[in-house]
Amino acid sequence: MNEYQYSTEIPGGGHWSFRMRRGTQLRLTDLHGGGNAGMLFYNPENLLERYNAPDTLKCQHTFRLSRGNCLYSDMGRIFASIIEDDHGWHDTVCGNTRYSHIAEKWGARDYQHHRNGWFQNGHDAFLVEMEKYGLNRQDLAANVNWFSKVATDKEGNLYLDDTTARAGDRVVLRFEMDTLVILHSCPHPLSQADSYPALPIQVELGLAAPIASDDVCRNWCEENQRGFQNNALYHLGT
Amino acid sequence: MITESQYDDKAVDFREMVAAGDYFLHTLKKGQVIRILDLEGNQAADTLFFNAEDPGERYSAMDTIREQGNVYLTAGSVLRSNENNPMLEIIADTCGRHDTLGGACATESNTVRYALEKRCMHACRDSWMLAIAEHPEYGLDKRDISHNINFFMNVPVTEAGGLTFADGISAPGKYVEMRACMDVIVLISNCPQLNNPCNGYNPTPVAVLIWDQ
Repeated sequence: MNEYQYSTEIPGGGHWSFRMRRGTQLRLTDLHGGGNAGMLFYNPENLLERYNAPDTLKCQHTFRLSRGNCLYSDMGRIFASIIEDDHGWHDTVCGNTRYSHIAEKWGARDYQHHRNGWFQNGHDAFLVEMEKYGLNRQDLAANVNWFSKVATDKEGNLYLDDTTARAGDRVVLRFEMDTLVILHSCPHPLSQADSYPALPIQVELGLAAPIASDDVCRNWCEENQRGFQNNALYHLGT
Repeated sequence: MITESQYDDKAVDFREMVAAGDYFLHTLKKGQVIRILDLEGNQAADTLFFNAEDPGERYSAMDTIREQGNVYLTAGSVLRSNENNPMLEIIADTCGRHDTLGGACATESNTVRYALEKRCMHACRDSWMLAIAEHPEYGLDKRDISHNINFFMNVPVTEAGGLTFADGISAPGKYVEMRACMDVIVLISNCPQLNNPCNGYNPTPVAVLIWDQ
């Protein structure tokens, strides 16, 4: 693996965005354990093409995201592949916190009194970053919540299992096409923490190694092999 | 949860058949009750809802399942928007469970799920695209087309995190009924999928019934 050439720390309750190029990779680290990173994906050349959680789940017959899984757009293409993962289970069905959730759980805080100690919510954090690219709430699709394991019981009831979170857990995404990434580090909406969990996420960027013939993501299932074929067609002539 | 309707289908104010593979687009007024009826069984009705006053506000699968804390929809479920507002409430359901995780079939995702050559088979997202193209008066465009409900479809989630497409649990005459909490645009694709058990490999018509009160 090549060295990461850029590193930054997103403090808890922060937001960030970046245009990732095809062939680069992004490593997220849950520095203290129990963090959450919400993430959205768009094609910068056609912002109507965006991450599609249902297609991602049903194409791979999974409810959880982990190493070997790919993140699909609504156009049958792969934005990114999960090539490394210490955590083992990431959520993509619970969406975001809103201002009302934060105020109800942890009390309202405002910027005038608390400065950067105010409690940002995931919904607003996404909208702030999205508007910078001409995107608005109509473009807000389901996001991934990295480092948050949300499981179900037999009746389909959801619960956030925070027993598996460890400081230093990492997940690495390899980008299979140019992708606009929108990120926030706000709490998971099912968090039961006693106080607002303002937990930082480290972001590192670097170049990805060439895809080998035994690549775990491409070979995860026949569906992913066809997804990679769709990407190859998209890049024909480039 | 199996809950029978309180409404008399002989006293219905509106009734329309939606042929296999066709779409249904209609504005439902606040307080009106809509029933989707699976006439022959094992059909999937891929449905979107929009705030009729502001179509940028639309049904959100994620807000709905998060707020109810459960991945399945049935009687008692409140269908929420991307603004986390109640749009409709399911008031009767003789099927017992409906899916909102599986999304809709699309020609593009069919290439991944089944075979690259399946691209030209008809799919739900194409029906929605045709509906919004043919009806500009509703003010909908592609960016509004998001995650949907698959009425009558069975997509079990396992405790280990698996997701499977199982045979339908619907049957001829099963229905789901909702009351609108706001004026909503209803957009149904009566699913033309031929590659998985959601339609029993045989798409069939559904009926839509509406009561004014």
